Amino acid sequence: MSLSNEQVGHVARLARIALTEAETEATRRKLDGIFGLIEQMQAVDTTGVEPMSHPQELATRLREDAVIETDRRAAFQAIAPQTEAGLYLVPKVIE
Amino acid sequence: MSRTDWEVVIGLEVHSQLNTASKIFSGASTAFGAEPNAQASAVDIALPGVLPVLNRGAVERAVRFGLAIGATVAPKSVFARKNYFYPDLPKGYQISQFELPVVQGGAITIRVGEGDKAYEKTVQLTRAHLEEDAGKSLHEDFHGMSGIDLNRAGTPLLEIVSEPDMRSSAEAVAYARALHALVRWIDICDGNMQEGSFRCDANVSVRPRGQEKFGTRREIKNLNSFRFLQQAIDYEVQWQIERLEDGGTIQQATVLFDPDSGETRMMRSKEDAHDYRYFPDPDLLPLVISEEWIARVRSELPELPEAMKARFVADFGLSAYDATTLTASKEVAAYFQATVDAAGKANAKLCANWVMGELAARLNKAELDIAASPVTPAQLAGMVSRIADNTISNAIAKKVFEALWNGEGGGSADAADQIIDQQGLKQVTDSGAIEGLIDEVLAANPKSVEEFRSGKEKAFNALVGQVMKASKGKANPGQVNELLRRKLQA
Repeated sequence: MSLSNEQVGHVARLARIALTEAETEATRRKLDGIFGLIEQMQAVDTTGVEPMSHPQELATRLREDAVIETDRRAAFQAIAPQTEAGLYLVPKVIE
Repeated sequence: MSRTDWEVVIGLEVHSQLNTASKIFSGASTAFGAEPNAQASAVDIALPGVLPVLNRGAVERAVRFGLAIGATVAPKSVFARKNYFYPDLPKGYQISQFELPVVQGGAITIRVGEGDKAYEKTVQLTRAHLEEDAGKSLHEDFHGMSGIDLNRAGTPLLEIVSEPDMRSSAEAVAYARALHALVRWIDICDGNMQEGSFRCDANVSVRPRGQEKFGTRREIKNLNSFRFLQQAIDYEVQWQIERLEDGGTIQQATVLFDPDSGETRMMRSKEDAHDYRYFPDPDLLPLVISEEWIARVRSELPELPEAMKARFVADFGLSAYDATTLTASKEVAAYFQATVDAAGKANAKLCANWVMGELAARLNKAELDIAASPVTPAQLAGMVSRIADNTISNAIAKKVFEALWNGEGGGSADAADQIIDQQGLKQVTDSGAIEGLIDEVLAANPKSVEEFRSGKEKAFNALVGQVMKASKGKANPGQVNELLRRKLQA
């Protein structure tokens, strides 16, 4: 399988990465290499094998439902570029 | 031009906020209405290096829901990252579940319409999965910037997805209401729609009746009231049908409902639809739920609305309609049950009439929840018992109820008896006394007597009315009827 530069551009946009034309080409070659590996893996017959979602055979730990955090807004907002009235300010986004 | 008969197809996705004390992956509080960002911990604002730890309370609520709808609770489910960029989502992804959700399948029975046209229907559920909520963006003017409050970020949600089983906005609303009642019934969500604890997305499409293939759907986002749900679907259905009948086509899209104009408008088309690139979250191991845990949650479940409804019909002899109305919410059901417990099973139908009639009307008028009713179940039961044993008539009972509502009678369980005694409302059942009244009325109304004897049945009712009036409503109406007829025919 071989990716087009347009597909690489689409994935880059989704990841909010700006690529120059040269970078797009280089990235496409690297991705093609990865897809080559995936193709090899897909050739293996995995019928009846449960898909693996995590490499360790463990279950997630659970915490009790209790409030243990305190208000640390002042410390967190001390390193934020811009805040007002307790809010973080960001460039305007309207969807 | 021949008109096509269109069939509407609706599926709902409901985001139900779980009523845990802390967030799904952090120990920050979920309380509503705090100062902006005062409840946003390092995990919630996604500082580098933090790790999510799953809240047992959130999982347990999902299990409770799964058992309540007869679904499969997955022994093993997986959390996934749903990737998109938005400032109120600090990680750049939302932790959700994708391929293996915690709740799979299940069904809810709904009752649609009223009176003779009412019917029951079973809506199948596809799945319900756990996920975290995002923060809030405030687009008021902050010098041309947006303000971000991350208090809500990380609040646990159960996203409940139905099959496309609904065929009208009325069915969609009935389903949403049944679901709303259920999540409150099993106490996993406070159901507060104004605060966004229960939000609906509706997938709507139309197809010519008889066609098997679904039409192209549009998704209406974020409907936070049943009225908006109904209005938005009705508008959307009309819009789609008109467009198709004009020879147009429907493009898959996400739309928003504007309550002011009553219209839906496009938010984004399929072309710029999100591409979420889900993948299993490496920060979280699979969620394993043991048989023992499921068994314990099952043993702690309250009696569910469906079971209670069936019991009301079988044990109390109520109609399906009455049973449905009385189990529409946990609070109403609890009130009714407490009333019957005090008044006795034999008076259940009478209790039902009063809870659904006078009490509901008064609560509605006063805009009160039944839990805040000034008349307690014990007091209502006390009054119902006096109707049942013929101490008071139904008409007088309305007076007693009014007095109970106003706090008369001392407020204890026997308040109705106090009121009946103090105000002398006891029904007159002494035939001698009633006959005396009848004689007076007959003597004072010779014209009505004449009319009755010449065959006018109406005159009889007028005479009954006069006797009741003379008794100040306290005579037993059945007895008055019987004695009066006997006297007139003598």
